[in-house]
Amino acid sequence: MATDTAAPAPASAGAHRYLQLADRVALLRAMLMMRGIEERAMSLYRQGKVPGSFYDGYGQEAVSAGAAYAMAAQDRLCILHRDLAAHLIRGVTPVRILAQYMGRAAGVTGGRDGNVHFGDPELGCVGMVSMLPDMMLVATGMAMAFKLRSEPRCALTWFGDGSTSRGDFHEAMNWSGVQRLPVVFVLENNQYAYSTPLDKQFAVDPVQRASAYGFTGVTVDGNDVEAMFDATREARARAIAGGGPTLIEAVTMRMHGHAAHDDMKYVPKEQVEEWRRRDPVEHQERKLTELGVDVAAVREAVHAEIEAATAQALAGPMPTAGGVLDGVFCEGEAVALGDGLAPWSGFASDPGSDA
Amino acid sequence: MPVMTYLQAISSALRDELRADERVLVMGEDIGVFGGAFKVTDGFVDEFGTDRVMDTPLAESAIIGCAIGAAVVGMRPVCEMQFADFISCGFDQLINVAGKMHYRQRLAVPLVVRLPSGGGFSGGPFHSQNPEALFMHSPGLKVVAPSTAADAKGLLHAAIHDPNPVLFMEHKHLYRRVKGEVAEGIYETPFRARVARPGSDLVVIAYGAMVGVALAATEDLEDAEIEVLDLRSLVPLDEEAILDSVARCSKVVIIDEANQTCAAGAQVAALIGQRGFEDLDGPVIRVAAPDVPIPFSPPLEQAVLPGIDRVREACRDLLAY
Repeated sequence: MATDTAAPAPASAGAHRYLQLADRVALLRAMLMMRGIEERAMSLYRQGKVPGSFYDGYGQEAVSAGAAYAMAAQDRLCILHRDLAAHLIRGVTPVRILAQYMGRAAGVTGGRDGNVHFGDPELGCVGMVSMLPDMMLVATGMAMAFKLRSEPRCALTWFGDGSTSRGDFHEAMNWSGVQRLPVVFVLENNQYAYSTPLDKQFAVDPVQRASAYGFTGVTVDGNDVEAMFDATREARARAIAGGGPTLIEAVTMRMHGHAAHDDMKYVPKEQVEEWRRRDPVEHQERKLTELGVDVAAVREAVHAEIEAATAQALAGPMPTAGGVLDGVFCEGEAVALGDGLAPWSGFASDPGSDA
Repeated sequence: MPVMTYLQAISSALRDELRADERVLVMGEDIGVFGGAFKVTDGFVDEFGTDRVMDTPLAESAIIGCAIGAAVVGMRPVCEMQFADFISCGFDQLINVAGKMHYRQRLAVPLVVRLPSGGGFSGGPFHSQNPEALFMHSPGLKVVAPSTAADAKGLLHAAIHDPNPVLFMEHKHLYRRVKGEVAEGIYETPFRARVARPGSDLVVIAYGAMVGVALAATEDLEDAEIEVLDLRSLVPLDEEAILDSVARCSKVVIIDEANQTCAAGAQVAALIGQRGFEDLDGPVIRVAAPDVPIPFSPPLEQAVLPGIDRVREACRDLLAY
């Protein structure tokens, strides 16, 4: 099993082999939407309208946008807390996300869990827990079911560099390797687990570990949304073809603190400056501007949508305590996860294919 | 009706479910080709294949985590912990992922974890535990503990049909010692208590292996009419059945094989103290393992586990109160 660097996909200058122009704009839009919602939520947090703390994925938008965009409707995702773009691509509306942050009744969990701890089961997503690599096993189990039922589907989950130190990382990597399961692991290497830098987290480049479990590992520029799409599309195709799991190490940088309270003083300024020059949103904007896209118009449309969603979320009620004891148990029939949106044009042209 | 051992009844339930519902799969360590450490799934691979009777890597967190994943996409996994003690390695997945899933996001996790539990055979500190109270304390998990062969089968069917995570505490010491008539085919035993023997002078409340101890200890005790209430389910706890027994008998002894502090019996005692106080004619007495690890050597183990003599003595004292 080789540890590869993802091959660049463009067939010719300017064009992309798998992404039409509308896809490439959609990727930008998802990243702008993620950044815009999180910036808006941060201001709401400072106004005291977001309870608890607030976590964002500033600088990492390409990782969730690119990977989620390569997933089909019938695929299943475990989305983590710096991956908001994945929720947007699957079809969660901005107003529900903002209501979620504010603990309002219209939030995805109706106020039962906070900030980014959510997944919309109707859109094929399982919400994360705070013990982050736990979701690697849930994704592995979903993939196991797909394989047992001979279904051409795949599961994907994200996790961070810190997660690689936990036992569940090993258990998921090992199990999925042994059973050659259709699962994609996206290691979001954002240089810090809270304040802990990489050199205190692992002694080897974590992508190398994939070969130890018998499957492919690739390193991708996590700030290039199209590269993320390419690597995930390839990993998904491999999974569906029976080629087993893939570990994608998305190299990126967490540009904000771990949460709103964290001033990040443990990060050298030069490191932040270096990564600021590699901003994933600006990178995609430059690319699209060269292709003649009116990027400013996209920004404006996203901004307007976020402002409208914010107003709507703020107008919505808080949950009432009346039902707070309900729903610990499922009282009716178990309903399995539903399908999410899959806006990539490659699926639209042939929804049943592994594209 | 055929007579089965407790173990055969569990096997029978699993076999019937595998035959009836293609969503059901059983997974665990050494359960496939080897048939399980206690042979509950002996021969299953021949009938159902290695996909549905899955030998897993030796990783309890993964067994439970993967079962959660399979459950949310429509499977009905039944996991075996080789020994209940090993559940500590899968604690996080149960408590934080499975238990909180439906409350947080309205996503059901139809999952059963079988836990061969309990002592009495020199299993020592890591093969004798009764960890049920740990899970009673954590919302979102159901916990059942059969004492008879018929209930072992019926509760397991009900657990597999339940849309929630259910911990099925099967007592190892009962596997081949307890026998009884078991109805054929699929039937559900409700997660409710059962009066194992009616009485009016005192009630002994127990579950799992302690039901047999309670019955044996009070079979012929000073001509008293002693009731034995078999809880069968710890979550949900059948509060009304408990309070009914207390109202009938006025005196209560509660037995746990588990370590005493915060055990299931402590919750039962608290319930009676709060809602059954007016019906009491004496202190609520608890008999449980003291708060020590379960020791290995027979005389030491017997000194710790609640046995017939301790229960008899407790009942005798309370009757004289």
